[in-house]
Amino acid sequence: MAEVAQNLRRGPLHDCHVAAGAKLVGFAGWEMPVQYEGIRTEHLAVRERAGVFDVSHMGQIKTCGPQASDLLQRLLSNDLRKLPKGGAQYSVICREDGGVLDDVITYRLAECEYLTVSNAANHERDLAWFSSHARDYDADVIDLIDQFAMLAVQGPEAPAIVRRLADGALPAKRRVCERSVSSRAATICGTGYTGEDGVELLLDPADAPTVWDALIAAGAVPAGLGARDTLRLEACLPLYGNELTEERGPIEAGLGWCCAEATGFVGSDAVARARNPDPAQPTERLAAFVLDGPGIARAGNPISQGGIVTSGTLSPSLERGIGMAYVPAERVTPGTRLTIDVRGTERAATVHRKPIYSREA
Amino acid sequence: MADASYPDDLHYHAEHDWARIDGDQATLGITWYAQDSLGEIVFFDPPKLGTTVTKDSPYTEVESVKAVSDVTAPLSGEIIEINETLADSPEKINEDPYGEGWLVKISLSDPSETEALMDAAAYEATLD
Repeated sequence: MAEVAQNLRRGPLHDCHVAAGAKLVGFAGWEMPVQYEGIRTEHLAVRERAGVFDVSHMGQIKTCGPQASDLLQRLLSNDLRKLPKGGAQYSVICREDGGVLDDVITYRLAECEYLTVSNAANHERDLAWFSSHARDYDADVIDLIDQFAMLAVQGPEAPAIVRRLADGALPAKRRVCERSVSSRAATICGTGYTGEDGVELLLDPADAPTVWDALIAAGAVPAGLGARDTLRLEACLPLYGNELTEERGPIEAGLGWCCAEATGFVGSDAVARARNPDPAQPTERLAAFVLDGPGIARAGNPISQGGIVTSGTLSPSLERGIGMAYVPAERVTPGTRLTIDVRGTERAATVHRKPIYSREA
Repeated sequence: MADASYPDDLHYHAEHDWARIDGDQATLGITWYAQDSLGEIVFFDPPKLGTTVTKDSPYTEVESVKAVSDVTAPLSGEIIEINETLADSPEKINEDPYGEGWLVKISLSDPSETEALMDAAAYEATLD
């Protein structure tokens, strides 16, 4: 509705988005497509066939050098020893007090070379955090955000579409490999943010329009940040700034599975304490919910039994209001009833197991 | 969705609302521009019959997938009818914003307020 503000960054695919009829909005300093034909259409295209998202606003940080692994093990919550060459690993970056600075995927491209994909809004802060800790290590931290365009191709037909354009087999889930796609060099990653099969492609920005056009010609539907948000919410994948903030830790967010406190990462003591909380202290946990009736809860809506909604939308797959919320730890069990104050109207909701939507369901 | 249109027989409010005057009653809705800006409307929770609405103040909400938006009353009055079909088919607001996508009918408390609204040409000129 608002005019796109000046001084927003345009990515290498800007002209492609305009040609595809995108509605462009400001997002973390970038002018990005929020939708093309419509959020629901794009959402269902990804669930049923394949969609392509421009996620070139995401940041990339290269960490390399003899002590690159040691540096990253200090910064990232997951156990880096479990990240093989050619692998990908999710983790959070914590402050000393356990508050979450970012959630990231790290690819191990070579023995002593890693690429960490950051959230656009956090990229500069992550970079400063990495660089300040790097002083104690024989490792280099390099900002590569300008060197990469990034496309996410997601949906049941996405692997076949990319495979037809690629010069070799695609990586398995949580693996990464170098290929050419439409004769352009690409780092292909078996990752995504939709709960579907698919890959993410790291490309030279100059090559991105060619690959984008080829993916669309091969059947992928252009999909915007709007559909990306509804898809990730159905899959119960956290969004930094909503579910994840500096004020909450990974245990509250249900991300204990990616925290290996024994490694001694920054914040590991606080995370260890949160994992075994004092029973006398009230704690909250992130729950997924589905509204029992009509209506849509939104971020910031309070919950009568305590807690707050962090994300809410209409699920295009279920045609129901869904979301995630921090609730008192004893109310996180699926089936628990919640009452959400949706701008003055009390709406009943039920805690749902995560993910709310999965292919197998 | 149809192309942009702003019928000549309606009165327009700067907050992207329209009113169709019929004697001392008016039908209210949102403009083509408003529905296009919102995107697909997925939920309309109607106000209650008999509720008083006040010109320039929000009286109800429409929701797209992404966000909820207030709807401003272009005129003052009391709600005498609501568009019940929108409960099941809120997309009518997108498909036919001046026809099947009307929101409510009100009995006007001050018909002279109409004079403060814009005609189609004046409203369209505000959109550039």
